[in-house]
Amino acid sequence: MPLPAIQPNVRVVTLKIDDQDLSAREDETIIEVCRENRIPIPSLCHLDGLSIWGGCRLCVVEMEGQSRLFAACSTRVAEGMRVRTNSERLQRYRRTIIELLFAERNHICSVCVSNGHCELQSLAQGCGVDHVSVPYRQAPYPVDSSHEMFRLDHNRCVLCTRCVRICEEIEGAHTWDIMGRGSDCRVITDLALPWGESETCTSCGKCVQVCPTGALVKQGTSAGEMVKDQQFLPILARRRHAR
Amino acid sequence: MHLEDLADKAAEFRAEEAAVEQEIRVCVAASCQSSGSVEVLAALRQAHPDGDQSCKVKGVGCMGLCSAGPLVAVADKGGELVDSILYRDVTPDDAPDIMGSVRGAPVERLRCPTEQPFFSRQHRIVLENSGIVDPVSFKGYVVAGGYAALLQAIIELTPAEVLHEVTTSGLRGRGGGGYPTGLKWSTVAKMPSGQKYVICNADEGDPGAFMDRAVLESDPHRVLEGMAIAAYAVGANKGFIYVRAEYPLAVERLRTAIRKAKRGGLLGSKIADTEFSFEIEVRLGAGAFVCGEETALMASIEGLRGQPRPRPPYPAESGLWGCPTLINNVETLANIPPIIREGGDWFASIGTERSKGTKVFALAGKIHNTGLIEVPMGTSLRDIIQVIGGGIPEAKAFKAVQTGGPSGGCIPERHLDIPVDYDSLKTLGTMMGSGGMIVMDETSSMVDVARYFMEFCMTESCGKCVPCRAGTQQMYGLLDRVARSQATRADLSLLEELCEVVQATSLCGLGQTAPNPVLSTLRYFRHEYEERLADASARASASRSHQDE
Amino acid sequence: MNAPARIKVATTWLDGCSGCHMSFLDMDERLVDLAQKIEIVYGPLVDAKALPEGIDVGILEGSISSEEDLEKAKTFRQRCRLLVSLGDCAVNGNVPSMRNQFDLEAVMDRAYRENVTLQPQIPTRSVPALLETVKPIHGEVEVDVFVPGCPPSADAIWFVLSELIEGRLPDPSQVTRFGA
Repeated sequence: MPLPAIQPNVRVVTLKIDDQDLSAREDETIIEVCRENRIPIPSLCHLDGLSIWGGCRLCVVEMEGQSRLFAACSTRVAEGMRVRTNSERLQRYRRTIIELLFAERNHICSVCVSNGHCELQSLAQGCGVDHVSVPYRQAPYPVDSSHEMFRLDHNRCVLCTRCVRICEEIEGAHTWDIMGRGSDCRVITDLALPWGESETCTSCGKCVQVCPTGALVKQGTSAGEMVKDQQFLPILARRRHAR
Repeated sequence: MHLEDLADKAAEFRAEEAAVEQEIRVCVAASCQSSGSVEVLAALRQAHPDGDQSCKVKGVGCMGLCSAGPLVAVADKGGELVDSILYRDVTPDDAPDIMGSVRGAPVERLRCPTEQPFFSRQHRIVLENSGIVDPVSFKGYVVAGGYAALLQAIIELTPAEVLHEVTTSGLRGRGGGGYPTGLKWSTVAKMPSGQKYVICNADEGDPGAFMDRAVLESDPHRVLEGMAIAAYAVGANKGFIYVRAEYPLAVERLRTAIRKAKRGGLLGSKIADTEFSFEIEVRLGAGAFVCGEETALMASIEGLRGQPRPRPPYPAESGLWGCPTLINNVETLANIPPIIREGGDWFASIGTERSKGTKVFALAGKIHNTGLIEVPMGTSLRDIIQVIGGGIPEAKAFKAVQTGGPSGGCIPERHLDIPVDYDSLKTLGTMMGSGGMIVMDETSSMVDVARYFMEFCMTESCGKCVPCRAGTQQMYGLLDRVARSQATRADLSLLEELCEVVQATSLCGLGQTAPNPVLSTLRYFRHEYEERLADASARASASRSHQDE
Repeated sequence: MNAPARIKVATTWLDGCSGCHMSFLDMDERLVDLAQKIEIVYGPLVDAKALPEGIDVGILEGSISSEEDLEKAKTFRQRCRLLVSLGDCAVNGNVPSMRNQFDLEAVMDRAYRENVTLQPQIPTRSVPALLETVKPIHGEVEVDVFVPGCPPSADAIWFVLSELIEGRLPDPSQVTRFGA
């Protein structure tokens, strides 16, 4: 879903999030309003500046008068909306989703180059995940070190597709995509060529910077050394969409 | 072409076969083909005396009783299936006998009585031509009154009037969700005019379901007619039929039908000299269950990876390539021509208060009459299984019936008297679904059933959202442990917790409903889980509590 | 006035590097305070030869990788009122569990044949048999408190013990995380 261009004449609505009265432009999503107002909502796939994905489901919120849950990243605000972002039930669901991610692939933090700078790791801490109650899947995934500057470790990928989206939407290269189904899904470069052999990759490194975990990293980094910088994205995205 | 022209054409086609009195109909739908009906048809054609104009041998669509195929019916021209003499398990060697019986005594050794409830209790609307009309013949469909509803709609009715009839009919989506069809159509119709699309969802993927396949193979023109009427009502000029590639016969017949309908002037530009133009294109699915989900299906048609996206926006507002799109299932669209022909009130007089019309079900599993039936909404499950379906073979006891495929649930004996409609099934923790009914007898293990469906959901998960992708993996693992008697009580509660999370947080219907087979078997057959727990104490208490029931 | 009864603590390491115990010792001068409140009745830091009954808090470092680890974990569970998984190996398998992606046989070959120059052979005596899959402690026995970290800092351990001494069940996510 493409980001809507910012239109000059949008109405402003008022809504209530966790008992706070807030106003928002009607083309904003709940997560955007929450971020503006420093209301914490966990998310792995959402990133300001990229299109809506709705895959990690960590940002689900409750809406008064509705029995089903809504993903804050893909739900637009509306007049009079009443949102709860942090009920007991939501906290429990989020913990389970994070546990499912940890169990799905190899996310051993202590030996990860992103240790200490990883969004999955800090989400686990923030949401109170101190252990994983579901069994670990123990499925091995390959590592692609063929690119001279970067490295891809599928074992640490959470399939958030930030790399796919930034490459297509901001860099315009569409080097990344996804193949396979279910837990066998993998991000791929070109048509599943080794990254180093990709003819479309511009080596810009945007994918590496937006990757929330240690799946996409710079070559030559050791445990805990991979610090990412995502500041550029909102700035670039605004300039792109302003055109 | 105008209505009168169509009537003339029908009369002309009829005149071509004026001499025909009797028809020998051979089912050439996929099920009977797989048991050799093509050879039977060839043998009958060979046995057919040259120059005998009074008897015609023809291929027809599904007659329903697939378990007895190949089926051959000898009937008066245009006669109903129930009035015909029906033969079962026919082989090519039987051809001379059948041919000889046309004017003589029936071949008793092959008789399949049509007085039995399987035939007499059915109410055929969607399948009215099925088993009677030659599915590859445009003429046959026109002679049977086909395309009259389309011409009536575009010549005599305004789009608003068509919408009114569909809304009045009370028809609800037959793909499983049960969303009111009239409402869906109106929403698309109300979108500003411009490029709009109609999609026929023929990506039937539930295990044990073959309703849509039978409709497409038996009466493809009816689906085209329904789509064209829908397109006229909502203001679309382009349609897609998204059909799974695993249905080659349906694909072939659809393509033939589209070609012939175009040549007949009933598809294409300026149909019947009106301003209404409509083209239909067939698109093949590449074998992903999730592509039956409407947003994934549309992505697939657009040439993208078939995976769902969050809704809203709904397809009615922003569908194919961002344009307003109407998406209906095969059976829903097949109901449209008769609704226009007979009127919405007529349709609404059939069925129950909130579920109108009939429903086609595919009976499968431990049941005598495996095959396809169409019954009014509100028929009880007991009637469907014990009477129409002929009960359970080998004198075994009935245990449960599974409806709604991997999104549905199992219904035990004590709820068999409920009427089959959208809302009653929902209260039992299952759903209408597209119409698959899998019957299980006392030998079936409900844990195995739940594990089977979970494995299905796990391998069909597109991988986009975490709860479905990783949750179904974990639930399958836990169910496997239960099935192998390795699970503990803690595993069982973990399973239930995962069911809740996956149901509540998944992105699309596939994930949200994936826990249903587990939840419903836990609801009605919990003791079967507990009996298999590894901790002995848990097992003991399970058997005690089961005895107390 | 009698000093209040000290709570009985037992510790041991299973498949781990002993780093968590080192971090325990990093509490430095706080150990003196701690000694007033807890009595370490068993573990690598003391001299006791056998695990007694009736322990208040059992602390396990390391994951369950061998039959001996499994036995120890079960015994700890039996004899301790509260069981604490200390460190990532105990909490999530950590580095020891990285062998789970390979067959046990391949792992043994790698360690005892391929990488050995002198008399390569698979040991059969005086080494406990390895389990097919390395599991965190709670994969086999119930655990009450999880203290992630590789290793958890001395502060984190101090926090957890202080809370336990006060009779509260600590929430270590405030002070530590996976890989900390």
